[in-house]
Amino acid sequence: MNSPRSAFGATSQGALLTKQFETNSMAYLQLQGIEKFFGAHRAIKGIDLNIQKGEFIVFVGPSGCGKSTLLRLIAGLEHIDGGKLTLEDRDITHLPSSKRDLAMVFQSYALYPHMSVAENMSFALKLANVSKAKIDDQVKKAAEILDLTKYLERTPKELSGGQRQRVAIGRAIVRAPKVFLFDEPLSNLDAALRGQTRVEIAKLHRDLGATTIYVTHDQVEAMTLADRVVVLRDGLIEQVGTPLDLYDNPANQFVAQFIGTPQMNILTHTQWPAAIMALAPAGAKGGAIGLRPESVVVSMDASSKIQCKVDLVEALGAETLVHVTTAEGAQLVARQSDRTPLRMGDAVSVDLALHQAHWFDSSGRVVKAAA
Amino acid sequence: MARQSNYTPAYAVRTLAAWGVALLLFFPLAWLMLTAFKTELQAIAVPPELFFSPTLESFHEVNERSDYLQYAKNSLITSVLSTVFGLMIAAPAAYAMAFFKGKRDKDILMWMLSTKMMPAVGALVPVYVLAQKSHLLDSPIALIIVFTLSNLPIMVWMLYSHFKEIPREILEAARMDGATLWQEARLVLLPLAMGGFASTGLLCLVLSWNEAFWSLNLTAANGGTLATLIAGYSSPEGLFWAKLSAASFMAIAPIVVFGWFSQKQLVQGLTFGAVK
Repeated sequence: MNSPRSAFGATSQGALLTKQFETNSMAYLQLQGIEKFFGAHRAIKGIDLNIQKGEFIVFVGPSGCGKSTLLRLIAGLEHIDGGKLTLEDRDITHLPSSKRDLAMVFQSYALYPHMSVAENMSFALKLANVSKAKIDDQVKKAAEILDLTKYLERTPKELSGGQRQRVAIGRAIVRAPKVFLFDEPLSNLDAALRGQTRVEIAKLHRDLGATTIYVTHDQVEAMTLADRVVVLRDGLIEQVGTPLDLYDNPANQFVAQFIGTPQMNILTHTQWPAAIMALAPAGAKGGAIGLRPESVVVSMDASSKIQCKVDLVEALGAETLVHVTTAEGAQLVARQSDRTPLRMGDAVSVDLALHQAHWFDSSGRVVKAAA
Repeated sequence: MARQSNYTPAYAVRTLAAWGVALLLFFPLAWLMLTAFKTELQAIAVPPELFFSPTLESFHEVNERSDYLQYAKNSLITSVLSTVFGLMIAAPAAYAMAFFKGKRDKDILMWMLSTKMMPAVGALVPVYVLAQKSHLLDSPIALIIVFTLSNLPIMVWMLYSHFKEIPREILEAARMDGATLWQEARLVLLPLAMGGFASTGLLCLVLSWNEAFWSLNLTAANGGTLATLIAGYSSPEGLFWAKLSAASFMAIAPIVVFGWFSQKQLVQGLTFGAVK
């Protein structure tokens, strides 16, 4: 593979670690009917999921959907109340965390404050009775990949947030675990560093090829990092798919609105202009139609069938978002790549690219449009 | 803006009040120290003599009449061992409640503390009978057991509040790194909670050293602590102020010196981790 240079440092080091992962990367993880109760509350309601080796899986969903809990169940930090968890065909449902051979990067980094960076990274290897020479070698390699060589003797409190984050990742990679678990690792970083670290994590995954489960509430992280995204709501999986699959073919209105910024435009049937009413497939009558912002085209001449008024124009430079309200009172956002002279209050008309529309029945499930 | 002068009337009042309170608290101790170096006659003189030629007479007499070292040894053994055993029992209890939250944690903690609200004398007869039946009267073992158990609620509370300050994720990270429960406790929890262990241990050491009620009731010449020694110089043979003071001085001197050197940890422990 002709891998471009990693932002973390020399790619050759990454390639060395890759070898390690190849030798023990037969791992794959299977969740069967996983359940978790907090008192009487059923927080995780029977999750089935197969994760292939080397896959980058992202759990995404709104706060309280159970994504972090699910990760902690896999990690063994919470007790699994129902179902079965297997790793490489081995039942690990009730195995303690220390015996699962998984590594976790915590949101708070959770570095050992009384140990230096080198000691933090070598802790797991020391516990595993790895020889000193091998430990030093592994730590050195990981530090080079993560650009931490200069900081090996420092303690965590002498590091910046971004550096702590790297140490937390370093602590995970020196072990070459079967699966990496990331619990919202970027949420404590500022926006610029978050974007940068996101790219670095993607490169690291490409270089190491390690199976990864990553939890986030940020759907941009989910879309950019994942091989497959798992959308969760109320302790249940709403949909599993590749990022673009979720964007193009959402299974229901929740996923449709959760994935994509700005959100998909939803018009409930009471707000439909006559033109839409005629085209709606039978199942969607009484439901809703969803249109991505790029499927809404604003035109200056008022000749089209749907008359609107401009509420707001957001000029972002590369693209412009135009917020309009239809005569029926529906609010729409249009995304266009060219700039616009439109101002608030202008009368315009919109064309809807109905062949790109998503139809939903009254319970929010997707309805296929008639061919 | 220039800072206002420190010497405002309010500052003067505060300083006076602070010195007043400090002297008030220190006075009995100072008086005790003075009296210990007087003769019995000087000790009961009215008006009290502030200037006198100090003598070690009382110390000699106390040492001749009673085996100071035996009492001191008992004090040391009972306070150190009860502190060690207490920490060994309290640490797992505090660990469980601080890091594995249960519904009844607060109730259990309150119940533990409530046992400290009962007057010790309420349990005197049963404890005395238990000690007698198990042939532990006048033995340091009885005191070690009683001190350990009676300090346990405070130890659990103090360790619990220190453990609460340690982010749970750090221990979870150790578990993910492959640490067993014992390794997690020894390599991560212990170094991080060292301050908590130190201040809890110090406080219990002081409390056990100074304990008098159980020492007086369960022990005498063999198993007695320094508290028993002091009591021996009060009423029964008439009141000898100088000798009583000398005995007290010898009893409290070790712990006062010890407390002086460890005051930082003690204060830290007594604020229950509330101030960082």
